[in-house]
Amino acid sequence: MSDTNPMQATDDETGAPIETDALIIGAGPCGLFAVFELGLLDIKAHVVDILDKVGGQCAELYPEKPIYDIPALPIVTGQELTDRLMEQIKPFGPTFHLGQQIDSLSREADGRFKLTTDRGQIFITKVVVIAAGGGSFTPKRPPLEGIEAYEGKSVFYAVRRMKDFADQDVLIVGGGDSALDWTLNLQPVVRSLTLLHRRDDFRGAPHSVDKMRSLVASGAMRLQIGQATALHGADGQLERITIKTKDGEEQRPFTRMLPFFGLTMKLGPIAGWGLNLDENLIPVDTEKFETSEPGIFAIGDINTYPGKLKLILSGFHEAALMSQAVHRIVHPDKKLLFQYTTSSSSLQKKLGVR
Amino acid sequence: MVKITFVQEDGTRQEVTAEPGLTVMEAAKTEDVPGVEAECGGACACATCHVYVEPEWREAVGGPSEMEEDMLDFAFDVREESRLSCQIRISEKLDGLVVKVPSKQF
Repeated sequence: MSDTNPMQATDDETGAPIETDALIIGAGPCGLFAVFELGLLDIKAHVVDILDKVGGQCAELYPEKPIYDIPALPIVTGQELTDRLMEQIKPFGPTFHLGQQIDSLSREADGRFKLTTDRGQIFITKVVVIAAGGGSFTPKRPPLEGIEAYEGKSVFYAVRRMKDFADQDVLIVGGGDSALDWTLNLQPVVRSLTLLHRRDDFRGAPHSVDKMRSLVASGAMRLQIGQATALHGADGQLERITIKTKDGEEQRPFTRMLPFFGLTMKLGPIAGWGLNLDENLIPVDTEKFETSEPGIFAIGDINTYPGKLKLILSGFHEAALMSQAVHRIVHPDKKLLFQYTTSSSSLQKKLGVR
Repeated sequence: MVKITFVQEDGTRQEVTAEPGLTVMEAAKTEDVPGVEAECGGACACATCHVYVEPEWREAVGGPSEMEEDMLDFAFDVREESRLSCQIRISEKLDGLVVKVPSKQF
């Protein structure tokens, strides 16, 4: 594992600004199908997602769970739906920028949009399609009182530079691969390391568990079975953490904490883009699925309108209508001829079946 | 119909009735019981429908499956009586069930 957040750094960016017709934010089912609908209308798309894989919630939350309400697919798992959509959009060759999130959005003098990711990649695009579902997946924050004050100073949800943890007394909390991997990686670097987990059973890879246990046996680190219940310190600097075990509560000295409790969805930077919002959803019209800002569209679970249903099939419909409106912006001089994929030679050529 | 009582941290009790076959999470969401969030909609994928089963009901309700036990790692203040309410299927034998809603979900 490299010395970066495993959620990030998945593809190579050249750093040069990328110009495109459409930038799709979110690689869930609606974002993926938007590539298809836009592609049929000769609109080229790039797709950004904070996860290191495509599929959104379908891939992250329920890859193995069956979905029963996709038209013509009586039963399909989240992963299978994702795989099928990837196959369907292949002819349009979208470029994916995974493991990163759009931080800022502004309008250029020529009317196009400039968007920048948290890794510094810049996009210049004619339209923006927000297909961000429930928001971006971000690490869960343990509901410990006052934890916000410590975040970024002595409580971290990712390790950017291991050497920042040298000479620290580190508490890692969790029982999955992130907790175990960082335990094994940081143990040689830090002053002391304790792994805290609520039970003596780990979800992580068995060989990582074995390695951790042998480090514990040799006295190189501690394993504690229990849960953190309170943080103590001042000015963002941790001093002690209260740990609840089956024998009661005790305070122990730590200077750094790394909690690994999985991911949750937050609206994130979208909230700061000047769009009208309604309880963390983006209101759109039902003709074009355009937001309060012309040229910025929102489809799928993230949007709201009278009668909205958060169903994948509704998002597919929204992608089709949105694409018609985007065509008027991207190709203003071209007349849009309504065609069927069943019979249109030109559509079939685009799909590579003719 | 089966009666289920949700008890909040401050002692507030809310009794709901639900059809056997539903989950305790679905019963809570139908009646807008505060503190049961169920972010993932019942896929056993988020641990935000965490409840504590009252001692006298623990045997009837039973313990978590291995998948649920793994997901409980993502809940806060997990105890022996912790369950994810989306994984408790309501049946006639759970008529009168009492569960506590934790002070915080993640």
